[in-house]
Amino acid sequence: MSIFEYNGSALVAMVGKNCFAIASDRRLGVQLQTIATDFQKIYKIHHKLFIGLSGLATDAQTLYQRLVFRHKLYELREERDMKPETFASLVSALLYEKRFGPYFCQPVIAGLGDEDKPFICTMDSIGAKELAKDFVVAGTASESLYGACEAMFKPDMESEELFETISQALLSSVDRDCLSGWGGHVYVVTPTEVTERILKGRMD
Amino acid sequence: MESVFGLVGKDFAIVVADSSAVHSILVHKTNEDKIMLLDSHKLMGASGETGDRAQFTEYIQKNVALYQFRNGIPLTTAAAANFTRGELATALRKNPYMVNIILAGYDKDIGPSVYFIDYIASLHKVDKAAFGYGSYFALSMMDRHYRKDMTVEEAVDLVDKIIMEIRSRLVVAPPNFVIKIVDKDGAREYGLA
Repeated sequence: MSIFEYNGSALVAMVGKNCFAIASDRRLGVQLQTIATDFQKIYKIHHKLFIGLSGLATDAQTLYQRLVFRHKLYELREERDMKPETFASLVSALLYEKRFGPYFCQPVIAGLGDEDKPFICTMDSIGAKELAKDFVVAGTASESLYGACEAMFKPDMESEELFETISQALLSSVDRDCLSGWGGHVYVVTPTEVTERILKGRMD
Repeated sequence: MESVFGLVGKDFAIVVADSSAVHSILVHKTNEDKIMLLDSHKLMGASGETGDRAQFTEYIQKNVALYQFRNGIPLTTAAAANFTRGELATALRKNPYMVNIILAGYDKDIGPSVYFIDYIASLHKVDKAAFGYGSYFALSMMDRHYRKDMTVEEAVDLVDKIIMEIRSRLVVAPPNFVIKIVDKDGAREYGLA
C-alpha cells in the first residue's frame, strides 16, 4: 500500500460567485482499521484562507504547524494577512525544500484574494502548483472526485447552491472509496461570513 | 503483539495494557508494567519495540517533570500529548521510535481526556483507542458497549469484557493485564487501595 493511502482522505475545493467552498471527509484510519470519525483535515489560516491537507496524517499535522508558524511571523512583520496566492507559494516552497525526503501530503488551498476574488489551487507532495478556475481535488478519493465535480459543477454558483453541489460531489465520491468517508466537513466562505457544516453520509 | 487500550469515562480515564514481555517465541516476563505515570494526573500506556518503549516513555516522563520544575505548574494533558507528538515527529525521519502511545490525563477545568499517538506521530484526541492485535477486539467491543459518561464500575466491566475477548480469541493471547485509572485524585493502578 502506498504511503499516501496509509490514513485515507478526500478533499475538494470549489469556486462560486464571490465565494468558495472547501470540503473534506472525516475519517482517520490506519490502513484497513478506522481510528476516528471526527478527524480534522481543513485548517483555517485566517478568516479568508483555508488549507486542506490530504495524505499522511502525521505530515499533515507537522506541515500545518510549520505553516501557522510562518503565517504568524508574516502577520507580525507585515501587519496584514497573507494573500492566498502568496500563501500557495509559501506552501510550495516548504514542500520543495524537502524534495529528496518529502512530506507525504497533497494540499488544497482556498481563499479570497484581492477584492474578494476566490482563489483555489492544489499541489503535489513536492510543491508543483495547479491553479484552477473551477475546482480542485486531492486524496485517496481524488479520481472519483474529479468525475463527480466535472459532472456537477457550474460556474458562478451562489453560496447555498455551492454548498449543495460540493456536498453531493464529496459524499458520492467517498462512497466509492473505502479509505475515506464517515461524514463530511464543509466550509463555505463569503466576504462577510464563514459557514461550517458537518455532513452525515454513509457511515462506513 | 502487545495490546494497549484506553477510554474516557464520566470524570476519569482508564488505560489497560498487557503485561507480557516477549522476544520471538520466548516470554521473558509476565508482569511488565507498560503504563507509565507521567506525573500525578497523567498516564502513558505504550506498546511497540521494547527498548524504544522503555526509553521513550521515560524520556517523556522526565521532560514533563522538568517542565514542572522550571515553570512551577504541571503541563496540561493536551500539552503533554503535543510534546510527545513533537518528539516522535522530529525523530521520525532520523531514527524513528517504534512506539504507539495512549496518553490519558485529568485536568482540573477540562476533565478527563485520552490521546491516540501513532508511532509515526499522528495525534488525535479520542474517547476510546486501542493498539496491537488486541485492538481488533477492543475497538469492536468498545464500539458496541461504550457510552459517554460511564461510571468506573461500568467502565471496568467493559474492560473485563475486552480482556476476556482478547484472551479467548487471540492465538497468542497475553495472560495478564494491568489496569490504571486517572481521575481528580490522581493516577494510580486500579484495584490497589
